[in-house]
Amino acid sequence: MTTPLASQGPARDAASAPGGAVRKRHRRKPTDWIILGAAIVVGIIIAVPFLMILVNSFKSPADYNSGGPLQLPTHLYFDGIVNFWKRVDFPQKLWNSVFISGMVAVLAIIISVLNAYALGIGRVKARLWIIVLFLLANMVPQEALLYPLYFMFKQVGLYDNVWSVIIIFTVIQSAFGTYLLSSVYGTFPKELLEAASLDGASRWTILWRVIVPISRPTLSVLLIFFFIWTWNEFLIPLTFLVSNENQTVPVAISSLQGDRLMDVTTTSASALLGLLPTLVFFLIFQRTLTRGITAGAVK
Amino acid sequence: MTAASTVSSPRPKKRRSQSLLPASSGGGFWWYLLPGFVMLTVVVLVPLVWNVYLSFTSYRGIRPPKWIGLTNWAKLIGDDKFWTSFGNSVAMIVAMVVIPTLLGLLLAAMLFDLIGRKFGGGLASFLRATYYLPQILPAVIAAIVIGWILRPENGALNVILKAVGLGSLQHNWLGSPDTALLSIMGIMVWVQLGYPVVIFMAALQRVDPELYEAAELDGANWLQRFRWITVSIIRPEIFVVTLTCTIAALKVFGPIYTLTRGGPGTSTIVPSYYSYSEFFQTQQVGYGATISTALTLLIVVVAFFFIMAQNHAERSESER
Repeated sequence: MTTPLASQGPARDAASAPGGAVRKRHRRKPTDWIILGAAIVVGIIIAVPFLMILVNSFKSPADYNSGGPLQLPTHLYFDGIVNFWKRVDFPQKLWNSVFISGMVAVLAIIISVLNAYALGIGRVKARLWIIVLFLLANMVPQEALLYPLYFMFKQVGLYDNVWSVIIIFTVIQSAFGTYLLSSVYGTFPKELLEAASLDGASRWTILWRVIVPISRPTLSVLLIFFFIWTWNEFLIPLTFLVSNENQTVPVAISSLQGDRLMDVTTTSASALLGLLPTLVFFLIFQRTLTRGITAGAVK
Repeated sequence: MTAASTVSSPRPKKRRSQSLLPASSGGGFWWYLLPGFVMLTVVVLVPLVWNVYLSFTSYRGIRPPKWIGLTNWAKLIGDDKFWTSFGNSVAMIVAMVVIPTLLGLLLAAMLFDLIGRKFGGGLASFLRATYYLPQILPAVIAAIVIGWILRPENGALNVILKAVGLGSLQHNWLGSPDTALLSIMGIMVWVQLGYPVVIFMAALQRVDPELYEAAELDGANWLQRFRWITVSIIRPEIFVVTLTCTIAALKVFGPIYTLTRGGPGTSTIVPSYYSYSEFFQTQQVGYGATISTALTLLIVVVAFFFIMAQNHAERSESER
């Protein structure tokens, strides 16, 4: 997975070269090359574990034992991946994770926008305290909510149901979203709001027709972050989704580690299957993600 | 907050707490807070208070909790295992906050200021994407990836050490008390490094590139530009990154659960894993609640001081 990425580097660099030639280029001093070298070395150190997992997931255990972890597979061996795929019923786990994370991302954005509208633009009384409350809610360790939530969801019959996890994370993610969006909306250009208001737009209309479209870059970054954060969550899904068919990808994969049947290359394959989905989002959303959380701060 | 002085309001003092929308008081906006607030109450506030209550009880999950006052808290103060877990949290802060923030600051400045300008933005963003890769993984999967390399018998690291003639350095990295914590720390540095780099680089885009060029023409060297332009402009992000990462470090659970379960012995135990095992393994719910309440208090105190410091810094900035 990282190999195509790596080959993309020089190509992309070359593609940007014509533009660079037009712009003023700086003289490259020897120290610049040393710094570049250091930055590349750090990149290699970070990428090596990914490459190892990639290479070794396609080896048979015998191939691994004879050739070691750094050699390319002598022949492509898919049994490790296929066995693991079947054992955890991977498509089902993938769907659980997609459904939970997708629902949480959308619901948490809606709640965050509504909260931030009241706090950042409405500037309701005691808003600072309310924002602090939301911020605290996001910071509270989940362990401190775990047992009461476990008890509550058991009482209402949502224990071992994906909706328990969706509800909990909608609240936790929107707590962060409220905090962030409130400060973004607090600096919203007043002229725009005044103009919309003079045109006779209601508050509800102003929210959806003016504020949401203008803050869309921030919202889309938040949406993707909510999705990935929820995907990566572990403690609460581990506790609440006990039966096999409700588990998320990280929980299902983690629960098989150290299993007697997991040989060295099957374990590698399990790591590969665990990292592939998030790697795919990353490749799709790279630009949105790296545009950064500050993108929506309207000038 | 400059609005108070520029807007000719009859009551300039009240102006601050009013809506950005003209001709409306804050009142009607409460409706928008309702759904979020109700959910917050049910999912966070009530369980939190409940958990604090449980910390004063003896509760094994079956019969109703029995009030025992401060007994659990007294036990906590004298519990070596708790203090070990707390010490390991400090190690997590070093691995997830101190090292990644310092290194991330340096790398972000290198990428943005030097590599981006002199070798092309494409290369800089490619390197940034590479640094960020481990961040996108679920922490447990990241732990499994590195855990696979550190396997005791035929793990990649041990095989490579043997192959290059350093067989004597072979080690059960996660299974011996002397290296287990260091191995976990290594995993966390690997995971965490990309986060500050991306946040800091996004922040640096606020900087007018001509500022660097002007400073360069004025004879400022790289270190001076780094200190006076880079660090001062992205200071809000440095606050945010250190705060969020410190909290994340105090909450680490997945990698410990997946790789070591706190062991060997108690060498990698962290408060969150300790409370989890009290809740669901030994069924000492009251004591588990005590540990998690103590962790919550610690996080609130840390966050409070961070936010106070940030406000203080912002105020002195705007007064300048």
